[in-house]
Amino acid sequence: MPLSPDEARRFAVLLESHAEQLTARWTELVTRSLRNRLSSAELQRQTSDLQRGFQQAFSGGATDLGDGPADELRAQLSELSNSRARQGFNATETAVSIYAFKDALLEVLGDQSDAATLRDYVAISGFVDRAALFTFDSYVRIRESLIADQTEQLLELSTPVVKLWEGVVAVPLVGTLDSARAQVVMERLLQTLVDTSSPYAIIDITGVPAVDTQVAQHILKTVVAARLMGADCIISGIRPQIAQTIVALGIEFGDIATKASLADALRHVISRTKQSGR
Amino acid sequence: MRTVAVGVKLSLVDQTKIVTAASELARNTLVYGGGGEVEVTRVHNDRRAGIRIVFADQGPGIVDLDLALTDGYTTGGGLGLGLSGARRLVDEFDIDTEPGKGTTITIVKWCR
Repeated sequence: MPLSPDEARRFAVLLESHAEQLTARWTELVTRSLRNRLSSAELQRQTSDLQRGFQQAFSGGATDLGDGPADELRAQLSELSNSRARQGFNATETAVSIYAFKDALLEVLGDQSDAATLRDYVAISGFVDRAALFTFDSYVRIRESLIADQTEQLLELSTPVVKLWEGVVAVPLVGTLDSARAQVVMERLLQTLVDTSSPYAIIDITGVPAVDTQVAQHILKTVVAARLMGADCIISGIRPQIAQTIVALGIEFGDIATKASLADALRHVISRTKQSGR
Repeated sequence: MRTVAVGVKLSLVDQTKIVTAASELARNTLVYGGGGEVEVTRVHNDRRAGIRIVFADQGPGIVDLDLALTDGYTTGGGLGLGLSGARRLVDEFDIDTEPGKGTTITIVKWCR
């Protein structure tokens, strides 16, 4: 429920007159909930900024968090959740930073047996709740974007294409191969083949825990693409359990050379290179 | 799933087989069945332990089961080996499907 303009005015006055007391108490509560992982000087600065943000929102006549005069406050809340999310605080610790304001407020409101005071408290605590929810939302959004960034980095990291020998590049695959990764692997391998003008590529699947039909299909497509570019592909790292599974599934690797280990594959390539005098 | 398979002391080859079969069937549940439920349980008979996995969806069901179990037949873009291959990877394979009602597949792998 939005505040009435009258309430907003009164809260602005309240926050201004008790500014120091509020900030001190708020900082104390937050410091305790974060178990001293942030310095009190830093928290002091954050809470006094926020306290000023709330005060300015109220004195500007904001009756709800979405109102124009609360723009500055919302920006501060986003900033707070941003820094908390990046510093690795959890959702509760982030939300508590705002909720603690309510406890601090209760202490400055005065006579708590008075009905009008209680109504005021309920009104302002509703406003603070919405601010906390807003903080929580932006915390989640920031964490999601962090996860998305990391997923992308992981994708890049987990698919290195290395030059193994003169004219031989290798892709050591580690982990499950889904369509997105298979796509990255293929692109990188083909690009590396062009860049190094290598006639041979080895795809090593030692680190792939299970090869099902989809993984096999991705590997086969990569091999076919490399062949179209004139490179010979060898699949290595086929462990006994993988070999038996592939046979049971009925996957045909056709005339593609496969080897048990990367060393075998490299030896195979080198002997072929010698024969053909390349 | 791998944890349960290790828990009932399946050999590494059998672990890989059941995990691969589960991967195939789970993909079918998701892609053709529009999503569903998977239940993994440990089972025992008189002599041995094993692992049972049930895949259930409320999708369109399979119209021609024999055709669907033929190697190389696919309505998607895959190799057409998932269903038939999964059957070869496990000890017991039971499929219950009705067009329009959905599909339930139960697989069991016993310890040797």
